[in-house]
Amino acid sequence: MKLAAFDYAAPRTVPEAVAVLADGGRDVRVLAGGQSLLLEMRLHRLSPDLVVDINGVGGLDRLDVNDGTAEVGALVRHDVFDSPRAVPGPLGTLLALAAPNIAHPPIRARGTMVGSLAWAHPASEWCAIAMALDAVIRLRGPEGVREVPVRDWFLGPFTTARRPGELLLSVRLPLLDAHTGVGFLEHRRTHFSFAQVGVAVALAVRDGVVEEARIGLANCADRPVRAYAAERELNGTEVGHSFVRAGRVAAEQDAAPLAEPYADVEYRRQVIAVLVARTLRQAAEGAPQ
Amino acid sequence: MKITLTVNDEAYPLDVEPRRVLADVLREDCGLTGTHLGCEHGVCGACTVLVDGKAVRSCLMLAVQCDAKAVRTVEGLAGPDGEPHPLQRAFSAEYALQCGFCTPGFLMIAAGALDADPDQIAGLVESNICRCTGYEPIRRAITHATRGDD
Ligand SMILES: Cc1cc2nc3c(=O)[nH]c(=O)nc-3n(C[C@H](O)[C@H](O)[C@H](O)COP(=O)(O)OP(=O)(O)OC[C@H]3O[C@@H](n4cnc5c(N)ncnc54)[C@H](O)[C@@H]3O)c2cc1C
Ligand code: FES
Ligand code: FES
Repeated sequence: MKLAAFDYAAPRTVPEAVAVLADGGRDVRVLAGGQSLLLEMRLHRLSPDLVVDINGVGGLDRLDVNDGTAEVGALVRHDVFDSPRAVPGPLGTLLALAAPNIAHPPIRARGTMVGSLAWAHPASEWCAIAMALDAVIRLRGPEGVREVPVRDWFLGPFTTARRPGELLLSVRLPLLDAHTGVGFLEHRRTHFSFAQVGVAVALAVRDGVVEEARIGLANCADRPVRAYAAERELNGTEVGHSFVRAGRVAAEQDAAPLAEPYADVEYRRQVIAVLVARTLRQAAEGAPQ
Repeated sequence: MKITLTVNDEAYPLDVEPRRVLADVLREDCGLTGTHLGCEHGVCGACTVLVDGKAVRSCLMLAVQCDAKAVRTVEGLAGPDGEPHPLQRAFSAEYALQCGFCTPGFLMIAAGALDADPDQIAGLVESNICRCTGYEPIRRAITHATRGDD
């Protein structure tokens, strides 16, 4: 379908953008990569009155690395992370393992990591990684700048703690130290489908023992999930020994999969268990021995 | 809204509603119907064009977002004398098209990645949908053209 009519604003600075977003009473939407928003508008599931295109806002395309973190600005496109060198250390490797799973190159050339966090699709790869790594989202609204830890961010499918009028400025992710091995695997029905299950793992290993496991799950519930129970199974155990059990715990305790047309709940739990164990193995292989 | 699209090095001063996507404006306002529309949902890739050198889905980008940007469509591939682009020659040589509906999209996604390595080419071919060829001839054509064989 063709898009319904809307007003269009293209601010050049963050304060200007925040000012136009504060248009109370109307349905106002930020346009970042547009790879979800314009699709929703085509389907007439969203028909905003005002679209605020932030693509011309200076400074939002920055990717800053300092103090052990990477700060990804709101206009950093998915395809930046196709290269493991975009971000140093294991974090760069993890992002590059996940990126090719997101849609296709022309969509990755437009869509943004921060836009994915704003959109909060339960199957989003970036959302699962953000959960695993305790990312922090930085926003600016009429009341100023605030930061939200990602564990308080996702409130349900496509629902976040963003307040009306707020602009997401960036997301901060830890670089992960050299003792960390990372893994990302996904199961999907066809190349064009979203993940049926996606698993992100960061495994800090010392002397053959799991010091700290971090597991994020995509499309394993109505929102991105952190597999805390599975992590507890792993921490302090010898590498490899509890991977299968951790997979089962993730599937039974952490995940709350919904039935889908081609996958009932039982099948999905089976896939989660297998994929978590496999991703743990992938991460362990990449960890320093 | 008044914008100027630069398509295949030619300036098109236009007055377009913000709600119109790039693909529709290329076809209806610029008369460049080489860019095809299949799904209009970002999935099939028939509408792929280059914006500032990068392949994008023109069904998921507003025309007003391309004001003052350089757009390249399939009509801009051939040389000034009508000489086919190496990609077009390779598609012809490898029988990489049958009905031809998907061809502009595949040509443009490949044109955006002529320096791609062979691993990337597989990813590019997976990006678009072809209901005729079975993809293998398309992969061969893009591989040959990016290697510079003729
Ligand atoms: C064919 C296809 C396949 C896809 N496959 C996948 C996939 O496998 N995995 C996946 O994760 N995604 C997939 N996507 C979605 C894609 O990754 C989007 O790019 C992403 O979901 C949203 O990012 P965006 O920058 O395009 O945001 P937009 O579409 O511009 O915005 C999405 C929403 O977030 C809001 N928003 C965006 N940025 C901000 C901001 N800075 N501040 C406040 N609000 C903001 C918008 O207002 C809107 O409501 C697919 C899309 C298509 C078309
Ligand atoms: S028409 Fe744009 S991707 Fe199908
Ligand atoms: S040649 Fe017919 S769809 Fe590709």
